Amino acid sequence: MPQENSVGVVVPQRVRFNEALALRSGASLPGFELVFETYGTLNAARSNAVLVCHALSGGHHVAGTYADDPKSVGWWDNLIGPGKPLDTNKFFVVGVNNLGGCYGSTGPLSTNPETGKRYGADFPLVTVEDWVAAQARLADHLHVDAWAAVIGGSLGGMQALEWSLQFPERIRHAMVIASAPKLSAQNIAFNEVARQAIISDPDFHGGHYTEHGVVPANGLRLARMVGHITYLSDSQMGEKFGRRLRHGEHKFSYDVDFEIESYLRYQGDKFAGFFDANTYLMTTKALDYFDPAYDFDGNLAAALARAKAKFFVASFSTDWRFAPARSREIVFALLHNRRHVAYAEIDCDAGHDSFLLDDAHYHAVLRAYLENISV
Amino acid sequence: MNMSQLRAKERERFDFAVIANWIPPGERVLDLGCGDGTLLRYLRETKEVAGYGVEIDHASVLGCIRNGVDVIQIDIEGGLSGFEDQSFNHVIISQALQAMHATERILTEMLRVAEEAVVSFPNFAYRANRAAIAGGHMPVSEDLPYAWYETPNVRFFTLADFEELCGKLGIEIRERLAFDEGGQPVSDDPNLNGSLAFYRLGRLR
Repeated sequence: MPQENSVGVVVPQRVRFNEALALRSGASLPGFELVFETYGTLNAARSNAVLVCHALSGGHHVAGTYADDPKSVGWWDNLIGPGKPLDTNKFFVVGVNNLGGCYGSTGPLSTNPETGKRYGADFPLVTVEDWVAAQARLADHLHVDAWAAVIGGSLGGMQALEWSLQFPERIRHAMVIASAPKLSAQNIAFNEVARQAIISDPDFHGGHYTEHGVVPANGLRLARMVGHITYLSDSQMGEKFGRRLRHGEHKFSYDVDFEIESYLRYQGDKFAGFFDANTYLMTTKALDYFDPAYDFDGNLAAALARAKAKFFVASFSTDWRFAPARSREIVFALLHNRRHVAYAEIDCDAGHDSFLLDDAHYHAVLRAYLENISV
Repeated sequence: MNMSQLRAKERERFDFAVIANWIPPGERVLDLGCGDGTLLRYLRETKEVAGYGVEIDHASVLGCIRNGVDVIQIDIEGGLSGFEDQSFNHVIISQALQAMHATERILTEMLRVAEEAVVSFPNFAYRANRAAIAGGHMPVSEDLPYAWYETPNVRFFTLADFEELCGKLGIEIRERLAFDEGGQPVSDDPNLNGSLAFYRLGRLR
């Protein structure tokens, strides 16, 4: 259904870049395509563009709906629209499916020009740095010299941070939400469980499953299930599901007994039905590798010295995947460099996924910050 | 705006003017318990300071962001870890110390992160407050505007108490100002005649 203050019906666009892109891994892509959507209008000064970066499973469809599918509401629709915190009456908002994605941008599902077959597992590993380099090509294409803001949650926040480091002159505000300057060992461990679930699926076929006409659905399903546990808080899961039984009694079997099992299976099945396993693997590696301080002997403050943007950083009290302490690392590294920063630690019960919700205080804070951005 | 709100605004401006007088232009300033960032905004506009606020209250943090003030939402009761040694010229705590538990730690930490500290607080030994106690009631006044059952204050102290603690912590009192309820400077027996006190503090050299 069309939402209140929706940007309405939107149409994805596609752009091809023929110049080769050198990747951080040492590999190179001869050229690539990105799919993207835009909402609002680029002003004459081209000073009102905001890039929205997606996290693990998101894409370019950030707001509005598609004409042929009114249920296809964008993943951050509650934030973006006329009169909403990221106000499309003021800003020109861009959503993009990252390189290596599975919603239409060049990725493992695309045809490898060298073989005429799908890339599959041969698609090179791309990193957060590579995504941002590819997004910069899109900015060029849109004639955006500098973003008024780059905003993202989780892995999307890492891209906003990376923008401030790779293109300090091309981003005025970096909005880094529910994110971290690098993954912890525990974060990487969860990603590795997800990857092993996919890779050990008999239908994975070394990543060339499409050639066999199958997908590693069981692996993807398990990966999503374990991921989902980390997105929610213990308290919220307890509140939402508790120990409620599906059938009102213990069944003494391995079928669904508890509601939480049903929920995880549902989420897993849904995800396995549309997401590409190679993209999932690659994206989790991009998360693992992201560490701007890596080239600075682990000194984040030194790594952030390049940044010129003003920062908005926010975390959520019950997020244990990227806990508030991880955001504070970014904040204090910015403080060391005397950068402008507003940091809000928001009370929200919904764990890591809080950044996608329309909690009143959270949205008020976002609105206040965005309203002060001059265009 | 009603009379008491207008009066509160005036008091606020008075408070700010006293503090701003101690802050040289262009300084790096940290304001602990910065509220909605009005003081920092004032200092930015009048003194061109580069300032950061620290605040725990959600509505106040929102206020700071609305005011375009750099703010960090953390609880300073646990100290100022994360803030580097001597990274600010002045650290301010304006009428907030009395609402915090970790008094000694905060004072010590303030002079770790900044060269000088500016502290303002209401004086519990002010003549009118003593009279209230003598009359059998906890004081409610211009500078102590809360009834005992709703006050955010958790530390009740006097100029004499504060100065004693500074001595114990090796903190040098570089300047002291006290004002009565009418905002008039007080020089005679400030612990009796001062309602609001301001201190400029440093480490003993």
